[in-house]
This record gives sequence, structure tokens and C-alpha cells, in this order.
Amino acid sequence: MTETGLHSPAAVQAGLRRFDYLADDRIAQVVFLADRLGKPILVEGPAGVGKTELAKALAALAGRRLIRLQCYEGLDESKALYEWNYKKQLLRIQADRSSAWSQLEEDIFTEDFLLPRPLLEAIRSSEPVVLLIDEVDRVEVETEALMLEVLSDFQVSIPELGTVVAATQPLVVLTSNNTRELSEALKRRCLFLHIGYPSVEREKEILLARVEGLDEQLADQIARLVRSVRNFQLKKPPSVSESIDWARTLLALGVEEVDEETARGTLHVLLKYQNDIDKVSRDLSSTASDIAGT
Amino acid sequence: MLGLLTGFIQELRESGIPVSMVEAIDAAEALRFTDLSDRPAFKATLGSTLVKNARHYEAFETAFEVYFALLRPAPGDHADDVPPEERPRKSASSAGGGGGGQADLDGLLEALRRALTDGDQGLLRAVARRSVARLAGMEPGRPVGGTYYLYRTLRRLDIDQILEGLLAAAGTSPDTTALETRLLREEYEERIEDFREEVRAEIRRRLVADRGREAVAKTLRRPLLEETDLMHASGDELMLLGQVIHPLTRKLAARLAQRRRRGRQGRLDFRRTVRRSLSTGGVPLEPQFRSPRPTKPEVFLLCDVSGSMATFARFALQFVYAMSGQFSKLRSFAFVDGIDEITGFFEAGAAFEVALERVGREAEVVWLDGHSDYGHALGQFWDRYGSDLTPRSTVIITGDARNNYRDAGDDVMAAMAEAARAVYWLNPEPRAYWDTGDSVMSAFARHCDDVFEVRNLRQLESFVEGLALPRRRIGRLRTEWKPAEYT
Repeated sequence: MTETGLHSPAAVQAGLRRFDYLADDRIAQVVFLADRLGKPILVEGPAGVGKTELAKALAALAGRRLIRLQCYEGLDESKALYEWNYKKQLLRIQADRSSAWSQLEEDIFTEDFLLPRPLLEAIRSSEPVVLLIDEVDRVEVETEALMLEVLSDFQVSIPELGTVVAATQPLVVLTSNNTRELSEALKRRCLFLHIGYPSVEREKEILLARVEGLDEQLADQIARLVRSVRNFQLKKPPSVSESIDWARTLLALGVEEVDEETARGTLHVLLKYQNDIDKVSRDLSSTASDIAGT
Repeated sequence: MLGLLTGFIQELRESGIPVSMVEAIDAAEALRFTDLSDRPAFKATLGSTLVKNARHYEAFETAFEVYFALLRPAPGDHADDVPPEERPRKSASSAGGGGGGQADLDGLLEALRRALTDGDQGLLRAVARRSVARLAGMEPGRPVGGTYYLYRTLRRLDIDQILEGLLAAAGTSPDTTALETRLLREEYEERIEDFREEVRAEIRRRLVADRGREAVAKTLRRPLLEETDLMHASGDELMLLGQVIHPLTRKLAARLAQRRRRGRQGRLDFRRTVRRSLSTGGVPLEPQFRSPRPTKPEVFLLCDVSGSMATFARFALQFVYAMSGQFSKLRSFAFVDGIDEITGFFEAGAAFEVALERVGREAEVVWLDGHSDYGHALGQFWDRYGSDLTPRSTVIITGDARNNYRDAGDDVMAAMAEAARAVYWLNPEPRAYWDTGDSVMSAFARHCDDVFEVRNLRQLESFVEGLALPRRRIGRLRTEWKPAEYT
């Protein structure tokens, strides 16, 4: 099941770029394989490096609808897979008191009374979709098991109804911030893709693609500065989304070149903890005085 | 290819990466769709199918480099190899430093400088190749590790000198700001690191050609991060560990809270049940329960920071540091033969290095002579803070239980176990060493809910995992004992 735009890693890369997602070779290769092998991709990495964006860009590229399941602690079957619309069932029973129970039972357990939740919806869709299971590390291990059937066989078993098999195979992307170790069973079924912080060159390109009106020199400087800031031992190193915010801020302020002063003044956009801000700004000023001293 | 793949998978397993049968099949399947001449793509294919944990990626990379070293793209490969007749001349040049050898070295340095200034990867690789050929003096069959050759190559090139030279050359224009200089330096440093990596790869390639894959892979095998012995971890390893324990502490917090939440079903909420039943015509289809109020777990963490525990203590404090972000009711203590509370040092936002320094300087953990005395330290803890222990508090003690043949004072432990909800002991020594010499582990273990051997990250993980399971106290004493005064 090959789509236009997914027929080779290079095509994937070029295609994602059209939707402002700059994939490196590795990302392109894994996405390509996922489509070829019909396997889900498990994307892991720090917050804000574009894990969710990948799924969105992929949906745009493949021209598919994106179905998103946002995970949270306490997510259960009725929110992830399906739920019986029991109110409608009750109404049905009350409206039709005369018919026999056996017939009624058959009636109320049909697809009409089923409320599909994201996983079932992705399976039942007649058009192929992209299914995004976001922050899968937030659910408990037990809940993870709910997804296994969907992920490996692309089917959902409903006791009253039977097994719903996917009409079209969805492209599945799972994201994880690695707050906990996912189960082996889940990992085994997926292609694993770790997205870390990008290289200076790639970050520069991302900035140019994402921030309108940013000139190349400033983008280059921002990317290099951000890389430098990441080298510190920080509680929360700035990620791509933060450097994009920073670029936008600098642009709005009409900055053409970043010097120590502007960098210090706008650090709060890049860093989220006062301690981190102190650390970096202290270091920036010491660099300045070092050079002045010599 | 298949033979090579199975060999590679075998090597991954040897170095501790769990690769299941299914994953191996996936890899083989995925390779059918992979352009084998495209090295990054080939690597991405194997990486995504075989390695499912970012922590294992480094070990994977090493194994990959060794196994597929000979498949590296090698433009003009044979031209780079040192012809046999050149060997004597080279050794002469390294001794005397004159003639064609020196000119050759100068040319090499010039090319390296250019590659570093422009960030030209291709040139960098070519220079690395050539440098190893010229300078490493690799001889087939010589039982020397790759590090030796790396050292030899880089020493002749005088890398540090090059960095300064590059900076001086770049810093000549007057309008470069301090910030610019600094960014430039970092950039060059990174490229030099790239160069080192290229040299390393080249040396590996030659070693593999000489000795074969399995032999080289074996010498390069290092324990995975989660299996690194915490008692003897290097500074770098500790730093990496510090980064990966954050998720673990979050899990620990979740586990401790979860146990409570699962422990008791809430009482029936009559009001909400009736309200809810209105939508189903007065039939209470879904009984509603009052959710039990989640109580915050209280954790008391006691760390042995004595000399014998130096490296582990650093790790333990890292754990404390990471945990303080997760628990609002965490109190931490450090002890040697005295005990002091160090909670304040790890207050939200404090940098770890600063906190560590303050523990070393300000905490009064030495009472008499600075040799571990668990009996006294725990006694002091009980006297000062014992009244704060409630049935909701969990006590976690880390230490090797080596008491220098002093009185263990395990009666205090019994009292603590009585007062607290649970007491866990994490011992960084191998289980086999417990109770040997001056270790009094079992005396303490009697009163603990459980004791764990925590020599590496994986064991710490399994401790955290295990907390979710209900356990019985092992041989816990229930006596009417009152501790004596300790001060």
C-alpha cells in the first residue's frame, strides 16, 4: 500500500518539506519503512522537538485525515476504543416494549448503538487515515494493552459484535516523552524513532521554514546560540519549539543581530526556569568581561 | 547479508540489548526495502527495527561501526593505504621530523585546517583516513587497543594547537563580538570532535580488517548505562545517569500514590448516584462512588555519604535531587556517623552542583570520627525526627551497611519500621558480599519491608517497579521496645 509521496525515503523527505517539516535522513527512512511494512512508528524524544508535528505533516503529505488520541492517566477502553450508547439503547427498549427480548437484544447491539472512539474510528474509516496516539507514556501499562490488538493486527474485538477489521490500513504514529518505560510488547510492534535536538544546520532550516520573514543570518545565529545554550547543564534545555518562539520574539523586536544584551533580555522565552536563566545569563556576561579584560 | 545480520544481532545481544526474534525478522524484512549502499539509511533501518530504547543507541552505534566498518564508503580507498615501501620512511620522519614526511604532515595539517574552517565533512573524512594511514603506525597483528592508535595519530597532529590557530585566524577581524568568538569556538570544538570520531572510525575499520569483527566488537563492548556499576561509575557516566533518573522518580511518585488509590474503593456517593439515575428514568444504572482523597506520599530518604560510598552517594544525591521535584513531602538526610537533614539544599530550582557542595560543606554528618556508624546515625535520626514518622511515611535508606564493627543498633530500625508505613533498604553492594566483614545487612534487613541490591540503574528501576506490588514485611519484629536516648 504505497501512497504517492511515500514511495522512497527521498520522496518522503521532499514531501514533508513541502509541509514545512524538515525531516533528516533517519526520520525519512523510518517513515518510509513504516509505510512499506505497515508498522506503527513510536517516536520518542524530549518535549518540543516536533514529534506531534511529524504526524500532522505525514497526514498532510499522504492526504489522509488525522485522527488523534490524546493519552492521559486514567484513559480507558470507553475513551480509547468504543462505548455502547446506553442511553440510546434504553430509549430503544422503552420505545419498543412489545417485541421479544431476543430480537431486541440483537437490535440494540448493532453498530447504530456504538460510539466509536479514536482507535475504532481509525479502524472503521473507509478512507485511509493517519492515527496519532499522543503521549502514550501517560497511560498506565494496563491501558497500553488495549492498543496492542489495534497496532499489530489493525482490528478491534467487540464481544457483542465480533471483530472489526480495518478496511484500510491506517498509518500509526505514537509519541512518547519517555516519562516511563513502555512495555516490551508495545515496543516490539513498532519501529522506534528517537528524535533529539537537531543539528545547527537543520535547526536553521527549521527556523527559516517556520518563521516568516526571518533572514538567514539571524537564523544561523539563533541556531548556533541555542546549540550553545543546550551545552549547559540545564533543568530544561530549550527545544525546537522554544527556539522558534525566540526567533519570533527577536523578529518582533526588530533585532537584526543578537548580542549579549538582547540575548540576556530575551532569555525567558528560551528557558523556562529562573535558575536556568540565571545560569546562562551569568555565563554570557562572564564571556563578555573575559574578552574585555584581555 | 543474512549471515552478517545474524552476527550483528548476536553482537547486540552480547552487549546487553534485548533483540527479540520478531524484531530480527522485522529487520530482515525492512532491509528488503532499504538501499544498502546508502549507509545512513541502512543504519536507520537497523536502528529503528532492532533498538527500542534510546539508552541503547550508543552500544548499537559501536556495534554497527564495527560490523559494517568495511562497508564504509571509501573514495580512493586503496590510494590511502600506506604502500609497504613507505613504512621505513615514515618511521624515519617521525624520528627526525625532516624531509618529505614533514612536508606531508604540513599538507595534512593544512587540509585539516581547511576542513575544520569550512565544516567540510567529506574533506574531514579524507584527512582522517590519511592521518591514520600516515601517523598511527598501525601494524597488523599487534595486540594494541584502538585508543593507543588514536592517541598516536592525534598527538602528531597537535589538535589543541589547531583549535587555537583557527580561533586566532578567525578573531582577527575587529568587529567580532565576544559572543561571536564564543560561538565560533564551540563550533570548532564540535568539528574537532567530529574529526576525532572520524579518526576513531578509521582506526576501527583497519582493526576490523586486521582482526575480524567478533574480536574487535568484543574489545569495544562496554556495559550499558543501566548496568554501569554505581559504586565505580565515572564522572561522565554519573552525569548521564543524572539525566535518565528523572523519569524514574516520576514513576516512583506515581507508584507510591497509586498504591494508596487502589487500596480502597471509595464509599457510595448516594447523592450523585440518584442524580445520575435521572437520565436513565430513575433506574440507578451506574452507582457513583466518592473517590478516596489521594494522600500525598511522604518519603524520608536517608543516604550514607561516607567515604566508602563516595561514588554511590553522589548518585544517591542525584536521585534525591531528581525526587525533590516530584514529591512535595520529601525529606532527605545524609549520614556518616551523625545525621543531618539536607532537604533544604535541594529546594526547587537549586542547581545540583550547588546543592552537592552545600551538603559537603554545611551538613553535619560527622559526629565522632567520620567512619560509618549506622547505630548512632539512625539513633540520632530517631531522636530528632522519629516523631515525624507517621503511618503514611515511607523510609528509604541507601547504604552498604558496613558498620566498622560498631553496634548496629538495629532496635532503632525496629522502632522506625513500627512507626512508618514501610522501610526499604537499598544496598549498592552485590548480595554475595552482604554480611561479610563488617557488613551487618541482615540485622537491618529483619526490620525492613524489603531490601534491594541496587548496583545499577536497572536494579533501581526494578525496585521502583516492585513498589506497586503489595508485599509482606519479612520477619518484622513487633515488640514493645522503646529506644534509648542517643545524643
